[in-house]
Amino acid sequence: MTTGTPYRSERPVGRDGFVQLLYAEWTKFRTVRSWMISLSVVAVLIVALSFTAAAGNHASFCPGPNASTCTAGHPAVPTGPGGEPVADSFTFVHQPLVGNGNLTVRVTSLTGAYVPGNTVGVSASGQLLTPTRPGLAQWAKAGISIQKDTSPGSAYAAVMVTGSHGVRMQYNYTHDAAGAPGSVTASSPRWLRLRRAGDVITGYDSTDGTHWNKIGTADLPGLPAAVQLGMFVTSPVLYPSGSNNGYPSRATASFDQIAARGDLPHDLWTGESIDANGFYPTLPSAATWHQEANQAFTVGGSGDIGPQVGGGIFGADVGASLLIGGLGGLIVLIILGALFITSEYRRGLIRTTFAASPRRGRVLLAKAVVIGSVTFVVALVGTAIAEVVSRHVLAANGSYLFPLSAAAEIRVVVGTALLLAVAAILALALGAALRRSAGAVVGGIVLLVLPFILGSTLPVGPSNWLMRLTPTAAFAVQGTQPVFAQVSNAYTVVNGYYPLSPWAGLAVLCGYTAVALGGAIWLLRRRDA
Amino acid sequence: MRDALYAEWTKLRTLTSTGWLLSAAAVLTVGLSAAVVGATGYTSGGPYQDLPKLALTGIDLGQSVIAVLAVLAVSNEYSTGMMRTTLAAVPRRLVVLAAKAVNLVGLTVVAGIVAVGACLFAARLILPGRGFTAAHGYPVLALAHGPIVRAAVGSVLYLVLIALFSLGVATAVRDSATAIGLVLGLLYLFPLLAQLVTDPAWHRHLQQIGPMTAGLAIQATTNLQGLPISPWAGLAVLAAWAGAALIGGGVLLRHRDA
Repeated sequence: MTTGTPYRSERPVGRDGFVQLLYAEWTKFRTVRSWMISLSVVAVLIVALSFTAAAGNHASFCPGPNASTCTAGHPAVPTGPGGEPVADSFTFVHQPLVGNGNLTVRVTSLTGAYVPGNTVGVSASGQLLTPTRPGLAQWAKAGISIQKDTSPGSAYAAVMVTGSHGVRMQYNYTHDAAGAPGSVTASSPRWLRLRRAGDVITGYDSTDGTHWNKIGTADLPGLPAAVQLGMFVTSPVLYPSGSNNGYPSRATASFDQIAARGDLPHDLWTGESIDANGFYPTLPSAATWHQEANQAFTVGGSGDIGPQVGGGIFGADVGASLLIGGLGGLIVLIILGALFITSEYRRGLIRTTFAASPRRGRVLLAKAVVIGSVTFVVALVGTAIAEVVSRHVLAANGSYLFPLSAAAEIRVVVGTALLLAVAAILALALGAALRRSAGAVVGGIVLLVLPFILGSTLPVGPSNWLMRLTPTAAFAVQGTQPVFAQVSNAYTVVNGYYPLSPWAGLAVLCGYTAVALGGAIWLLRRRDA
Repeated sequence: MRDALYAEWTKLRTLTSTGWLLSAAAVLTVGLSAAVVGATGYTSGGPYQDLPKLALTGIDLGQSVIAVLAVLAVSNEYSTGMMRTTLAAVPRRLVVLAAKAVNLVGLTVVAGIVAVGACLFAARLILPGRGFTAAHGYPVLALAHGPIVRAAVGSVLYLVLIALFSLGVATAVRDSATAIGLVLGLLYLFPLLAQLVTDPAWHRHLQQIGPMTAGLAIQATTNLQGLPISPWAGLAVLAAWAGAALIGGGVLLRHRDA
């Protein structure tokens, strides 16, 4: 009896590693034609929606007499000493000061008015056609300032009374310090003093004229010997309480007990309106100055001295057009992520999958890796194209684009692609937990898209809480402009302002996804296939 | 037709998810409305608030649940293979679609009346405590007032049209996830896109053609001149969307395989 060798197959033994599992999941994904088509739909949708949002933003300015000729474009935006875009429109009653000196004034009143409408009609003689309504902007400013020169964007240090933030000392547009609180009336005036010693300017205030409090010091390096010293008034865009619409406004202040010390070559106050027709929305014919008596002036002005902000009435783009592109792609990716797992349940393929890979947690992780990476690549392509296209379209339409560093642009594009990839993984986890595609898609949309819709109808406070606590916080990666406490603006998501820092927002979404994945893996291991 | 109606009613009432979805629609509508109304306080000098529209804010959330119900009424049949049985029993396919539509309209009207009534009642209780009293120029919410009746009836009609729109889209697309994504995307992305464009003409047109933005114009009771579209015209725009979806779905249902 002969013994033969048992048959042994020539084929090598297959390995059962994670890489093989990844390849299996990738095969399942790429062989479904409608899913590959929907990936290209994602990229097209991102670009198309961003283009639509950008194309719907125009800016035109009408420099001719009586606003007769309008072209696409915007007035020049001045830049401050640090290179940041600033608003520098105000009325300045000033004279030159050479060397060291100081200026003391008393402010006895600050009143204001605004026009509750976005188009301000002006008659041929320059009178406002729309009647004004009394109202003082929160950050209306009236005080004294030492300016390097009278060009927009020059270095300065100022002490001022404001509409509802008391006395402030501000310098070089971004620095702000608080002085005595309370508003200014005839019975409770404020005394303000600025003292210059070389490059250092110190600000003081007083509520009785005899006891002075130092508010702060400003160091303006490279200040020339001859500077401009004087009184100024300006009034920024006014937001009525509870409203996200802003209107141009003006303010009028009364100064008396004006005392200037130092080398004053002219010894004569000259009134001037700085950058009245610049980028910042101002009321026409608001710049007035009138000498009431010896050392007493009434000055009126409109505009702002501070960092330039964007969105809403300012019309400057803060990159909000990528938001709608991201949301459109997000909805398609939620569907795709949910379908990637729920279609296995519907067709019964899940039993084969778990028979081939009994370690169920690894199966879900492999799916997450596949859909996350594929989605990231597609979204990166779409977002990069959308960013380039929308900036080009906005510039062609004349909108002012805030200068953006290359690092910030890359962060916006890569961050949005990451956000879309992690959102697809979140939808996958929901699909694995619920096993029904309808529920997973609704859950994904409720978690990721609905907070935006709700947030745009709610006031800023509750809307910001939604933007912090829900996975939509991840859209903070698209935020490029900071919130300035000393500038009133509608700091809403639609205008591109997010309550969280970019990576903190993405971390919130990653946290939700990690919890969802963990819960889904736990459920997968406990339940039947 | 009567048999088809009764068959569709049987299919809907024997699914527990139908009851849960209808209750969830009503509860979420009232919950969101109460939360929004409770968070709004009277500020003197502020703009005049449209209180009935504020009270009906919950419809924004409830409409998504009604859309899911309508989509599932069709997509569940396709995913389980039941559609072949249905079409074998009722070969006239448009009768099937009409029977589903009639049943969904009936269920949505009931849920809508409950939800809208509860919203207005809750607002009537909460708003005086938030400072919106007659002394400040805000009369108590009462259904005797014409524009409020229009807002209430219009909101129920709005939900009905959303259900019909979702039914049409789901019949055309057949897959539940895709249909829900498509419906919710069309509903929720138009208002956001409209907010992001500053050009006044585009802004206005986007709000006039968007299903949710046009349809919700019916809820406005004050400042009608400031609306992008008048109330009934807005509802007609949504009816056009629903009609187009139903026609598209019906044509595809007739000409495709089951």
